[in-house]
Amino acid sequence: MDASSPAVQQPRHGRNVTAGILFGLGTIAFVDEVVFHQILHWHHFYDRSTTAVGLVSDGLFHAFSWFATVAALLMVAALHRERTLQGLTFTAGWLTGAGFFQLYDGLVQHKLLGLHQIRYGVNLVPYDVTWNVIAGVLLLAGVVLWIITGRRARRSSRADSART
Amino acid sequence: MDHHHEHRAPEPTPFGLGEWSVPALLILLLTAYLVAVLSLRERGTRWPMTRTLAWLGGLLLVGAGLVGPLAERAHHDFVAHMAGHVLLGMLGPLFLVLAAPATLALRVLPVGAARRLSRLLTSPPATFLTNPFIAALLNIGGLWVLYRTGLYTATHTDPLLHAAVHIHVPAAGYLFTFAILGGPDPAPHRLSAPWRAWALVASIAAHNVLAKVLYATPPEGVPAEQARAGAELMYYGGAPVEIALIFLVCRPWLLPSREHAPPRRSLP
Repeated sequence: MDASSPAVQQPRHGRNVTAGILFGLGTIAFVDEVVFHQILHWHHFYDRSTTAVGLVSDGLFHAFSWFATVAALLMVAALHRERTLQGLTFTAGWLTGAGFFQLYDGLVQHKLLGLHQIRYGVNLVPYDVTWNVIAGVLLLAGVVLWIITGRRARRSSRADSART
Repeated sequence: MDHHHEHRAPEPTPFGLGEWSVPALLILLLTAYLVAVLSLRERGTRWPMTRTLAWLGGLLLVGAGLVGPLAERAHHDFVAHMAGHVLLGMLGPLFLVLAAPATLALRVLPVGAARRLSRLLTSPPATFLTNPFIAALLNIGGLWVLYRTGLYTATHTDPLLHAAVHIHVPAAGYLFTFAILGGPDPAPHRLSAPWRAWALVASIAAHNVLAKVLYATPPEGVPAEQARAGAELMYYGGAPVEIALIFLVCRPWLLPSREHAPPRRSLP
């Protein structure tokens, strides 16, 4: 990479993370819709216990997830075009976003707002534990990777500014 | 069968033109567009074929929502009604907006008339109505009023209300789509893309919530089974149109064209 290329002037660390986080949210919503609603039929379109706040939260969650998916893909295309797409940084954002929203869905929407449960007619504890532990692991892995790639980006930008 | 006849909208529209007024209006709109395109071509200016096709497609979709077998069934079948809603209020208007009718009109009209139209499009009321949040309120808010008050049931017996709703839905759908996209017709006062995206996300959320509310508590006179199937159609049938709108708002913003040109390129 030569020093005059935009890639060196703008490492685009933040934009890679943002695209990853948005794509993570989109992935979680997509898995929720396709796997749990359509394939397994564990989740229901509507649950009688749903509160008004729960309905609004779910409506916003799904509306924003569609926006996030489209926006993330367009951002990836733009980063790819200017040759600043960093796979590892994007993955850090993706894991963070997926973990965070899985945890939000599992704790706030399922438990606090009582939007719907993971599955009906079974003992929920193992399902809830599995769901939220997976979310926690994703989130933790994402944050760790985020810190590592962030340090690396700062180091390389320092090196670049020292060189010029 | 008698039961169904009670719910049928009376044949003549309040304009006294009978059931032919809608096809006549649609044919008039198509003819006007085609005449404009042809007169442009005579002057040696080309108009993109895709826009002409979008206009034709949009009018057909709106027409399918207003007259014909689907519209007939919609009088007593809530699922058909919702299919009509997606065509009339969402997909049809999207095609019509992409056809850029105002741009075409500004090119072919005589100077004086074009200037008056341009002044009308930039007037304070037009600026107010094409604010994406106002347009969203008229569009999605209108749906909430339609289904959550007695209005939906009343449209089955009052032909004036029936006609008013079927004018409001495509008009508000067009206004909303144009306000959100901020183009391709001139939109001098349009908000920045992030604001339009927020208005769109909020509208999609309100549309989703309304679908679920209809699923849980059907409008008066709609059987529970039909309400559920209709609500799911509203939710999942609306999604592709909503995703297309998100894409069209976000592309010039997040993936600007190579030469960093403004999103609206002038035609040759």
